[in-house]
Amino acid sequence: MAKAELMNYEMALEQFEVVIGLEVHIELNTKTKMFCGCRNEFGNEPNTNVCPVCIALPGALPAVNKTAVESSIKIGLALGCSIAPTGRFARKNYFYPDLAKNFQTSQYDEPIAFEGSLDVETPSGKVHTVLIERAHMEEDAGKLTHIGGSTGRIQGAEYSLVDYNRAGVPLVEIVTKPVFGAGAEAPELAAAYVRSIREIVKALGVSDARMERGNVRCDANVSLRPHGTEKLGTRTETKNVNSLRSIERAVRYEIQRQAHILANGGTITQETRHWHEDRGATSAGRPKSDADDYRYFPEPDLVPVQPSKELIESLRASLPEKPADRRKRLAADWGFSELEFRDVVNADLLDSIEETVAAGAKPQAARKWWMGELARIANESEEGVVPNITPAQVAELAALVEAGKINDRLAREVLGYVLAGEGSPAEIVAARGLEVVSDDGALIAAINDALAAQPDVIDAIREGRMQAAGAVIGAVMKAMKGSADAARVRELLIEMANK
Amino acid sequence: MSDLIRKTAAELAGLLASGEVSSVEVTKAHLDRSAAVDKAVHSYLYQNPESALASAAEVDRARAAGEKLGPLAGVPIAVKDNLTTTDAPTTSGSKILEGWIPPYDATVVAKLRAAGLPILGKTNLDEFAMGSSTEFSAYGPSRNPWDLERIPGGSGGGSSSVVSSFQAPLAIGSDTGGSIRFPAAVTGTVGTKPTYGAVSRYGLIALASSLDQVGPVARNVLDTAMLQDVIAGHDPFDSTSLPESLGSMTEAAKKLDIKGMRIGVIKQLSGEGFQAGVTARFNESLNLLANAGADIVEVSCPSFEYAIAAYYLILPAEASSNLAKFDSVRYGMRVEPNENATIERVMAATREAGFGPEVKRRIILGTYALSSGSYDKYYGAALKVRTLIQRDFDAAFAKADVLVSPTGPTTAFKFGDKIDDPLAMYLNDIATIPANLAGIPGMSLPNGLAVEDGLPVGIQLLAPAREDARLYQVGAWLEQAHENIWGKRMIDFAPELEVG
Amino acid sequence: MSEITPDLVRHLAGLARILVTDEEVEHFAQQLSVIAESVATVNKAIDADTPSTSHPIPMFNVFREDVVRPSLTQEQALSGAPDAADGRFKVNAILDEE
Repeated sequence: MAKAELMNYEMALEQFEVVIGLEVHIELNTKTKMFCGCRNEFGNEPNTNVCPVCIALPGALPAVNKTAVESSIKIGLALGCSIAPTGRFARKNYFYPDLAKNFQTSQYDEPIAFEGSLDVETPSGKVHTVLIERAHMEEDAGKLTHIGGSTGRIQGAEYSLVDYNRAGVPLVEIVTKPVFGAGAEAPELAAAYVRSIREIVKALGVSDARMERGNVRCDANVSLRPHGTEKLGTRTETKNVNSLRSIERAVRYEIQRQAHILANGGTITQETRHWHEDRGATSAGRPKSDADDYRYFPEPDLVPVQPSKELIESLRASLPEKPADRRKRLAADWGFSELEFRDVVNADLLDSIEETVAAGAKPQAARKWWMGELARIANESEEGVVPNITPAQVAELAALVEAGKINDRLAREVLGYVLAGEGSPAEIVAARGLEVVSDDGALIAAINDALAAQPDVIDAIREGRMQAAGAVIGAVMKAMKGSADAARVRELLIEMANK
Repeated sequence: MSDLIRKTAAELAGLLASGEVSSVEVTKAHLDRSAAVDKAVHSYLYQNPESALASAAEVDRARAAGEKLGPLAGVPIAVKDNLTTTDAPTTSGSKILEGWIPPYDATVVAKLRAAGLPILGKTNLDEFAMGSSTEFSAYGPSRNPWDLERIPGGSGGGSSSVVSSFQAPLAIGSDTGGSIRFPAAVTGTVGTKPTYGAVSRYGLIALASSLDQVGPVARNVLDTAMLQDVIAGHDPFDSTSLPESLGSMTEAAKKLDIKGMRIGVIKQLSGEGFQAGVTARFNESLNLLANAGADIVEVSCPSFEYAIAAYYLILPAEASSNLAKFDSVRYGMRVEPNENATIERVMAATREAGFGPEVKRRIILGTYALSSGSYDKYYGAALKVRTLIQRDFDAAFAKADVLVSPTGPTTAFKFGDKIDDPLAMYLNDIATIPANLAGIPGMSLPNGLAVEDGLPVGIQLLAPAREDARLYQVGAWLEQAHENIWGKRMIDFAPELEVG
Repeated sequence: MSEITPDLVRHLAGLARILVTDEEVEHFAQQLSVIAESVATVNKAIDADTPSTSHPIPMFNVFREDVVRPSLTQEQALSGAPDAADGRFKVNAILDEE
């Protein structure tokens, strides 16, 4: 596929105003599916969490999951939406093998929640108000696996296999109104918005919110219009942007791609596009056409939802702290500098650090680990994901350092073993005998060996030239393979010099 | 032929309860009858003698052991082939489902099993219940035992012919626009479409979800009532299932009293378009009711003029979506085109080969009614007409306790008469459709024979939603009044079928 | 007047995933035109203010508790499948893009 030409980003912004719109799908973490009592569980044997409803056996009928409705209302309330006095399910009709009924049970003109807004802070610290058009309930589709062909992709596949375990998993789709005025920050705003949504649904406890598992999925609409014009440009809808990083990159890419086309007198095709993280590019999907005539109509097998005022108010009362309030509270509790705190937010590490602090670590120690060594490992990994370590393990590691049982260098080594699955930090330190040596006898022996090679050092220390001690400390560390307590070595040297 | 097959379900239940006959004997008598006549009548798409006899033997054992049994335990029944059964193929009269054995029982089927009714087999229907004659069954039509050259009504012609040919005392039907009532009318039997939601639709292969209702079919009103009592009740698997019980239909059928009842005659459902013999018998029944102390009032339902049009928009629209699931992926037929067999083309080729012309016609019409640009003019407008029809009924039921009309405009027509004229076929449903649009209960029962052709005529009773009991109360009275006049049950006028 | 043209029938059949022969297209176009004209009379009965009725018996808030029920076994789920492999339904290649 020919690589699209892109306009320089700054130039694009000089010529065009960016308008974005975001559709985020949240998979709810209910015990059962949206319309039947099958398990809502990830990773089971194919087609074992299915019933007549999931595989659309003739005669099967849906029955709405009460908890899913309540979760949807909670999401609506958390986004400041109005809750519909009457919400109705509707059928969205289209054929696809992962959609057993060949219609998706969704909501159309009467969504459960509508007209809300969310304040989103971008990395620059600017707060944008994103208007929410609606949040509606629907169901997930099954999973297709394409077999044969070279790439495992759909093109060139010989056949496909369908697993309906995911079919019917409850989804809430949150749709924004067009977002204007983000300017150069549009890509960052898109990512920050999705991050906020994630934080909200996680705090609400209604979703596991794991993007890598598809619990949170985003479609990003992008259009451009010349500055000062009213009419919205033709938009593209980029699908498959399933990490915060790809959202930002995909939006930036679309801005540059569309700007190049428009600046050269071309027109934008209204189409879905697919983001390819590996290539860092989008590719054209199916153009919008008559085939997108979804023939929505009210779902006759389900009756309308009319949430009572009492229910709405009780759900409202149960809402957790708003993300913005939470940030304020954490920033105050932790005492990070403004810059440190913003970096933590942008690295999406608030939760991890909060949990690490809750597990007993000091805030700065928790920050140091997550923003430092763990972030470095994540960056170096192929997928860019934070390594598989629990906040409790990080807290334990920090506690070992704090207690002087291990030094930083040993701690990094221990971390490596934790990530390799050898157990908890304390177990590893014990099993591998990695504790720092502060036993004076062993240290004095090592110091004496080092001094034998560098006899001048003692005199230098006596004369107050403390930097000379470094060479001996280094030699002792080397001899003891890093397990020496450096501070104690230094103290001993001074004692010896002053004798 | 065995006496047992001419007995009513209530009579059989009595004989079974007193131990005079066993369920195995009763079941066997009906299986023997089918062996003799079903080649000619073709009520069944599938018969299940082993399973039926095993169920019968189990009921006999339970009875001998003194276990508590339901009132119809041991009385065999036939089930329309659009209800799922784990022990018999379920095709809904379509090639696209040929040979499919469902992994679950419809709620109604589960209730029948729990109540100890041996299931004899699955009865024929127009493909996916789209039709008024069974001529659209992919497996050939069923025939009317009164005249084998005539239709047994549709879509439930298998169920109407199975009881009218004495192959079963009871049957289950489904009624989307008259598929229980019209077949009952033309075969001299009884059938009820209960209030929408009174009987679970779980396991009923949907035609039009907001119109479909499962109901009882039998040869008399009491049996029909007893069967409705077995199959009715709330089902959490059907979200449109009524939460409350509608009371005992059996008791209502035993009241035999109509004094002071207000009977409404729907002005729009008589006169032009109705066969003379049908109208004549209808008027006779009005006189019977009036003479017995009922209060006959005329009611007007002006929106009924638009009922067929609204129905033939709502039904195809919902059906086009309900039938989308037949795509060759999870069950049923798969047809591979010769070249370029992508899944899209396999789906399209399968649906081309698997659906009959009426099904395709309605799917395409329904797709049109819902498509962007047509929705407001067609489907949306039809939903509004539905409101008007409900209002007409509300006004009518303010004046009357029960409404009456002929069930169908004619007696049974001959095969082929209307098959190529969809609109003429659709007009058959003129009197039955409004009840489905409004969700109210309706019953058809025999109303004598038409003078001009000697064929059975049906009368339809309609009651407000949840007042199904009124149908049984009035129906049972009227049935007895007819028997008193004619000297025997209407079904006993049916000619003997040649056995062979 | 023929509102339902052969092209429209082809388009609708495409939406409904039904292959149709040219002969069928002609036949359906004729029949459906007559039917469409007839059913369009519904518009004479209504006006903009007429409310819609999608469910015959008005009911609201029918819910199921979030409690797990037994599923089908994989074998049961696949029992009717025209083709299956590795515990999944097998279908021909998909023409569509990703």
